[in-house]
Amino acid sequence: MSALLEVDELWISARKDDESLLPIVKGVSFNVDRGQVIALIGESGSGKTTIALAALGYTKPGLEFAGGQVRLEGEDIITMAPEKQRALRGQKVAYLAQSAAATFNPSLTIGEQVTESTVLHGILNQDQANERAEFLYRALELPEPERLGRRYPHQVSGGQLQRLMAAMALCGKPDLLVLDEPTTALDVTTQIEVLKAFKSVIKQEGSAAIYVTHDLSVVAQIADQIVVLYAGEMQEHGSAKQVVTQPGHDYTRRLMRAVRPPPAAGQGEETLSEHQRQAPALEVKDITAGYGKIKNGASAITVLRDVNVSIERGHTFGVIGESGCGKSTLARVMAGLLPATHGRVFLDGRALEPALAKRSRQELQKIQFVFQMADTALNPRQRIDQILGRPLAFYLGLKGKDKRRRIGELLDMVELPQDFAGRYPEELSGGQKQRVNLARALAAEPEVLLCDEVISALDSIVGANVIELLKRLRKQTGVSFVFISHDLSTVASFADAIVVLYAGRVVEQGSVDRVLSPPYHPYTRLLISSVPELRVGWLEEAMETQEAKAGIDRLVKLTETGCPFFDRCPLAIKGTCDQEIPPTRDLGGNHTIECHRNEDEFLP
Amino acid sequence: MIWRALLGRFGISIVTLWVVSVLIFIGTNLLPGDVAAILLGQMATPESLAALQAKLGMDQPGYMRYLMWLRDVSTGDLGMSKAGIAQGNASRIVDILEPRIFNTLRLTGMVAVVSIPVALALGLLAAMHPGTRLDRTVTFSTLSLISLPDFLVATFLVLIFAVQLGWLPSIAYLRGAESGWDLIKALAMPCLTLIIVVSAQMIRMTRATVLNVMSSPYIEMAILKGVPRGRIILRHALLNAIGPIVNVIALNLAWLVGGVVIVEQIFAYPGLAKLMIDAVLVRDLPLVQACAMIFCASYIVLIFIADMASIVSNPRLRHPK
Repeated sequence: MSALLEVDELWISARKDDESLLPIVKGVSFNVDRGQVIALIGESGSGKTTIALAALGYTKPGLEFAGGQVRLEGEDIITMAPEKQRALRGQKVAYLAQSAAATFNPSLTIGEQVTESTVLHGILNQDQANERAEFLYRALELPEPERLGRRYPHQVSGGQLQRLMAAMALCGKPDLLVLDEPTTALDVTTQIEVLKAFKSVIKQEGSAAIYVTHDLSVVAQIADQIVVLYAGEMQEHGSAKQVVTQPGHDYTRRLMRAVRPPPAAGQGEETLSEHQRQAPALEVKDITAGYGKIKNGASAITVLRDVNVSIERGHTFGVIGESGCGKSTLARVMAGLLPATHGRVFLDGRALEPALAKRSRQELQKIQFVFQMADTALNPRQRIDQILGRPLAFYLGLKGKDKRRRIGELLDMVELPQDFAGRYPEELSGGQKQRVNLARALAAEPEVLLCDEVISALDSIVGANVIELLKRLRKQTGVSFVFISHDLSTVASFADAIVVLYAGRVVEQGSVDRVLSPPYHPYTRLLISSVPELRVGWLEEAMETQEAKAGIDRLVKLTETGCPFFDRCPLAIKGTCDQEIPPTRDLGGNHTIECHRNEDEFLP
Repeated sequence: MIWRALLGRFGISIVTLWVVSVLIFIGTNLLPGDVAAILLGQMATPESLAALQAKLGMDQPGYMRYLMWLRDVSTGDLGMSKAGIAQGNASRIVDILEPRIFNTLRLTGMVAVVSIPVALALGLLAAMHPGTRLDRTVTFSTLSLISLPDFLVATFLVLIFAVQLGWLPSIAYLRGAESGWDLIKALAMPCLTLIIVVSAQMIRMTRATVLNVMSSPYIEMAILKGVPRGRIILRHALLNAIGPIVNVIALNLAWLVGGVVIVEQIFAYPGLAKLMIDAVLVRDLPLVQACAMIFCASYIVLIFIADMASIVSNPRLRHPK
């Protein structure tokens, strides 16, 4: 039996402004058999998405097929008539995109979008398609399957949308699914649930799949075969087990090294004590803050409640939690972008004004913010030297030659070539932009650097390099870092102390070693157990844990009474946890856990 | 939520209308010259001037005159045209306005009925085939037409259809009794001028908005789902482009009500804009105020309708979480 899809010496090129062609995909060949999951792995720019889209006979605008064939059941889809291609899309081959939030049309109901392709292709009539959709909602464990179809995309959560996109792809019973980084944008807890749903549905429906990702740990859970790509060329091709356990190619080994080990005690770096002084660099006391109109001294939506943290000088302070837990809000309060309704922020032991506008220039200089998206944080109309020069002139009064010299030093510091000074942000790659973003913050010579998910948008290798840079900068400059991330492994390898936030409350805090070793707060334990491990079969084990059954993939809800984690917690005590605010248990050595359970009751 | 949004817009509209009424009142009172002096002309003596000013209520302080005017306007009484008062045969402003409003609405209506479907169709066609000859033709010609002032368009049309071909009259003279063919012939030229002017902008806006939506990920998804191109444009793209398009249509219609002074002047069409110009020339302030209020009100009403359309077409507001 011949393979379902045969990619044969595929070449795809980009047409540049001067009409010349630049090859993006260079002679890639592989087969996908029925019922098989094949993973395309590589960093951005490796051509993995471009190859995956070729399975639908589609190229992104500006790209074109330049050679080779993509045969579906023996027929070349590249040279196929557009009408035939269209009939094939959504019916035989279905596509799942990275960001479901952007891929669902905001103006149409979920039901219409899920069933559209199936009905248009005449596979099912509208009633049958609706039934099929409802069946899939159930199979994907989505809430209220009978009413879900009439809702709009904005009315469901991100993790649910991602699964709805799977329903959309599966509705027409396709032979081949193309999944493009379908879990990259999700929290670990949501990712594990979505992965499980994908895996079981693919098995049930017997479809084949092409799974595009840069995350080896994820691939190990779902793929039968792995194709490793670099710069449009195939580096390695083999069974998942073989590639993960005995990588044959150098680049694959580099990818493996970029995978951070599961978070555990003992990974954090000891910070040099020479930077330590008495007062903490930054301290946050009894902070309550939120969004919306302020009435009677409280915001319409209170996000942070009674948050107390203190950041030692020269230390790195990790902030973790799922999206919606208030991590960025905390950073915004520290920076003064969001004035707290209650509580104070102290810098070097002196209270700061809550609002940015009232802080002095020196105070502003000492706290600098590095935003997540370097793409949007850097002004596209300014050259790098202008971006870096602004804080130098504003805070330090540098001009002319001194300024230019300092810009050069800063570029050196973040390991970028000197001639980048004359370039515009769009000429830089994602990782390079993030380095400029860092250099801009460092230009002010701050004492505290607030890093909000600075490597989340980067590929694993690029991200790992930025982490190495941060470690070096910390040693060189003695700056204190507040490092926000939903990626526990990154925080574990980089921070000295960690605070775990859930629904705006501190649930656990202490040194990395203490937080990442038992006893755990139940939420910390859920987070740790949800981080995918680089081995085949991890997903099945993880789904069996007590936390997974109780609390994976639920929305973070802000509550006024009791412990917000109540409805996801395997140890919840009814009548206590949902009624009373949990007490703070001091476990010694500045390690605290807020929970009604005591130390002996926590799960190891 | 949606009702709150609509109610909020309504409230803002009312406040805007009130602010505008104040501005118009102040503005017209700042105009040089006073109507009594103009009316009396050479015969003005200090006594007769004072007498006429008292008769016209011009001796009252400004805010009193504003309040009186506001009271009258809110009851639908737009007052008397000042121009006739001296001769004793003053006519009610309402009576002067009525036929003019009818004329203006007739012209606006005819232009709207033709230009909106044509503009939407051409804009969508261009957006469906970007970069093709059709698209470039549409883009180029609309850009040229936008750059041409409306009086030039009107003059060219007169030159072609009235002077060269002799098919149409060069002025839209209305006796009021025309019907059918005669009416269409009389209105053809001003209509055509205005259709050309407003369509160009609407076509460009439709094209730009739809093209912008066409580059969003959910359109790519629709392509990858095998949705036919026509359905992608009409169902997936247009629904998300309605807001800006409706706003441009509303702005253009509002301009048709009050902004077509030059076109009305060229074709001697007895519409509202021409009436206002005439009123300004004779310093007939109550009439100027009335016209200005109508123009502003039509802007505000049309924009309000456009806002409502964008709010109602937004499922986030229709179906809150």
